[in-house]
Amino acid sequence: MRNAFINELVAAAEINDNIALVVGDLGFSVVEPFATRFPKRFFNAGVAEQNMMGLSAGLASEGFHVFAYSIANFPTFRCAEQIRNDVDYHNLPVTVVAVGGGLAYGNLGYSHHAVQDYALIRSMPNMLIAAPGDPMEARACMRYLINNPQPSYLRLGKAGEPCIHAEIPEVSPGKWLAIREGEKGGVSYLTTGATLELVNQLLTQRPDLKSCSLNSMPLWSMKLKEAQAQQVENFEKIITVEDHLMDGGFGSWLLEATSIRPELLARIKIKSLNSKVCGMVGKQYTLNMLGGLSEKIVAIL
Amino acid sequence: MSTTQILANRIRQNALKMVHRAKASHIGSALSITDILAVLYGEVMNFNPADQDYKLRDRFILSKGHACVAVYSTLAEVGFIPKEQLETYGDDFSWLMNHISHKVNGVEFSTGSLGHGLPFGVGKALAAKARGETWRTFVLLSDGEMDEGTNWEALMFAAHHKLTNLTAIIDYNKLQSLDSVANTLGLEPLVDKLKAFGCAVHEIDGHDHRLIAEALLSSIADEKPTVIVAHTIKGKGVSFMENRVEWHYKNPNDEQLTKALAELEMTYA
Repeated sequence: MRNAFINELVAAAEINDNIALVVGDLGFSVVEPFATRFPKRFFNAGVAEQNMMGLSAGLASEGFHVFAYSIANFPTFRCAEQIRNDVDYHNLPVTVVAVGGGLAYGNLGYSHHAVQDYALIRSMPNMLIAAPGDPMEARACMRYLINNPQPSYLRLGKAGEPCIHAEIPEVSPGKWLAIREGEKGGVSYLTTGATLELVNQLLTQRPDLKSCSLNSMPLWSMKLKEAQAQQVENFEKIITVEDHLMDGGFGSWLLEATSIRPELLARIKIKSLNSKVCGMVGKQYTLNMLGGLSEKIVAIL
Repeated sequence: MSTTQILANRIRQNALKMVHRAKASHIGSALSITDILAVLYGEVMNFNPADQDYKLRDRFILSKGHACVAVYSTLAEVGFIPKEQLETYGDDFSWLMNHISHKVNGVEFSTGSLGHGLPFGVGKALAAKARGETWRTFVLLSDGEMDEGTNWEALMFAAHHKLTNLTAIIDYNKLQSLDSVANTLGLEPLVDKLKAFGCAVHEIDGHDHRLIAEALLSSIADEKPTVIVAHTIKGKGVSFMENRVEWHYKNPNDEQLTKALAELEMTYA
């Protein structure tokens, strides 16, 4: 996903002089293609994320579309108020980019576990969350953001994720992206971010889940709640899957969005990370299992 | 009286009336920066009140957003907003919020939480430099605000990138919200610290219009980002407000307003 991100960014910057990349002294072996090709639009803000986000907003106020890149919680929680006041409130085109979404950096410890980021970002009225599930969705999200510069948060994994989509899908905010057709009106899994792979694999391996459909939602936000209940209505049951805590997460967002139609609420089931992963260390897979994203648990309809 | 002094006097009068009417705080902080604003808008900055987005304008950012009445008042005096609008200050649904708001014509950036203006200004200065544009960015900060680490992060960045088009002005009135700067988190030796961070520092009397203008105009030649340390008096211009912590919060009653306005008339008569 990191490579999909940088390739899209470089391609866009070739034709758009206003694209800038600001990093918080991170991005080794990722950002070089941009830094080398566009040195005048590449800035390393050093290990100072609050200034990084503030100056990104300043650049954006002068017409740049700024991608502010760092890892895990550094470009979000560390500079939460700069995102809230400077970027979101002023409605400026800054895309906050975090690599290591979820437990991708599981071995690096709690400081590097991004399992509360949706909660922070989705509390801001203008921020659009882009949480692609594979490199194709990452490219699609980048193209959407570049064509529609706005306050936004791009949550990436690391590198080497498999492609689920055969080609770059058409994405649009709040729209469910059909990955697998199932029984019409039956059970559908709905993922955002890296859990797409987990569920896709599960549905491939388990004949008993053959009737389930799979949708992903890479683009969502506070502003996009209105149309969700209608989409929920199309299925007997929706199982949301996310590598984030339930509190303030994606499933909670869908529940809030559906609360305008209380009779539909019982159709939604949330599979998310249990807070017992907080403070634990291990590989992404191990921690996801510990947190409740095991095949066994996710398969329970 | 010079033009900028007349402007400063009007800004002070408007500001006093605004906080009186709205029963709002921070008049001491507003009076402290009034002379700096009068010189910036009266003599130094390039701007067009008919077009707030005028491309070549100099950018001004009030980082100590709580002193907004002084800026709103200045914007009304120079023609960005109608003077009647000042009377809506602090009203329900008024765009003239009690911390500076970008929803007001002529305001670049909303602040209110301290430590945001300078990083944002760094971004603007960086944009101008990247595009080879010659406009300047001025950021006005409070002294207490220098407790915020973001300002020092921003200064390091500005010095590293040689943002000579950036001028930070520190309103050094020596009083914070509860006590003096010295008793809160001492800033001294402030000038030495700023120099050590790679800035060109000008230390001036922040109420002397000639010195303010000289510092602001001559600093264009600085080969480093400029910081002007402006020694000021909180509550400047109203005897009973000067150097008094309580005027960070209090608003003048009818009698105090009359007295304050009379003093201003006399001072500048």
